[in-house]
Amino acid sequence: MSKIHVTTKVNGDEVEYLCEPRETLLDCLRDHLDLTGAKEGCGTGDCGACSVTMDGRLVCSCLVLGAEAQGKEIATIEGMAEDGALHPLQRKFIEHAALQCGICTPGILVAAKSLLEKNPDPTETEMRYWLAGNLCRCTGYDKIIRAVMDAAAEMREAS
Amino acid sequence: MYPTKYHKPDSVDAAITALSGAEDGKFLAGGQTLLATMKQHLAAPSDLVDVRGISDLSGIRMDGDTLVIGAATTHAEVAASADVNSACPGLARLAAGIGDPAVRHMGTIGGSIANNDPAACYPAGLLALNATIVTNSREIAADDFFLGLFTTALEEDEIITSVRVPACAKAAYAKFRQPASLFALVGVCVAQTADGARVAITGAGEDGVFRHEGLEAALSSDWSASAIDGVEVSADGLMSDIHGSAAYRANLIKVMAKRAVAAA
Repeated sequence: MSKIHVTTKVNGDEVEYLCEPRETLLDCLRDHLDLTGAKEGCGTGDCGACSVTMDGRLVCSCLVLGAEAQGKEIATIEGMAEDGALHPLQRKFIEHAALQCGICTPGILVAAKSLLEKNPDPTETEMRYWLAGNLCRCTGYDKIIRAVMDAAAEMREAS
Repeated sequence: MYPTKYHKPDSVDAAITALSGAEDGKFLAGGQTLLATMKQHLAAPSDLVDVRGISDLSGIRMDGDTLVIGAATTHAEVAASADVNSACPGLARLAAGIGDPAVRHMGTIGGSIANNDPAACYPAGLLALNATIVTNSREIAADDFFLGLFTTALEEDEIITSVRVPACAKAAYAKFRQPASLFALVGVCVAQTADGARVAITGAGEDGVFRHEGLEAALSSDWSASAIDGVEVSADGLMSDIHGSAAYRANLIKVMAKRAVAAA
């Protein structure tokens, strides 16, 4: 089976990899690019642990083929902190204890950031609907929502 | 996922050539169902023909009073489109409620209706709105397109190029979500069209999406939620599964139809 040569941008850097047609973007990020922040939870698009953005749009990287990333811009959790300084969402997650086991956390942070980029002042309902595709089996969600809303408020003040 | 080959043609003709040259090929139109199905080994196509590189299949435009939506247009694009929101706001709201944001950013209208999942939202929307499905070779009325569970009128090497939806100011879709999958446990789309009211139901029928004559007659003579009270919705031919019995779904059809009329 011939491999496909893919050139794409991940977190602003040009990268390339060789993948099999059946490999997902998640496989490529984790196995070829050593970016293991995005997790495989269900593998079928239900849990959101593999959330990344492709050309600014939130996607489940387990339901995107590696080959489909050709020429796109991918953003993952690894690109969220800048120069070692945590993103406000990351700080607020720690402050509000919005994570326990941590498997869902990278996906939820990426998903929440993508909403705040479109809508810096979401209602709690809008945020809950936006995060409907990100499952967490530990926290019961309340602390996550509080952390995100608090981070959104801080980001609005700072801008 | 079993090994497969990946093609990304840039024209409809090239897509059809790639598919007909394959041993067991499938069009990839977003992949939010197909890739998950392949991972579960429920499908193992020899070739995937990605249609999202074909520029003719994307975009939304008005043709007179008719919305023309390219087959590879994502649910998020339909939900956000100014044309859809003004010509057929009910369809924009339907698209905005499909799955979750990640599904809406990848999944496409053509992919959804070609798959014809019995609990998908678009089949109910397009059937109620009296849409026309345009393929590389012909035009198919929605009434003749959805033939049963995961079954459509499409031939083997036929590809959907666009969907034509007559403008409709009074239409709405109400969905009772299955909370884990976010698919419709029951979804009802109501539309006030030139030929009277049309009502299409997804998530409930044993043979997939269907229209309901009784509800259409009631709403054609009196477009109000209370008109639905007197309509008999039989549980015959409805699905029963762990999520709900046929009788429960029959009741939900009336409840969702009322909500849809109220929202239209």
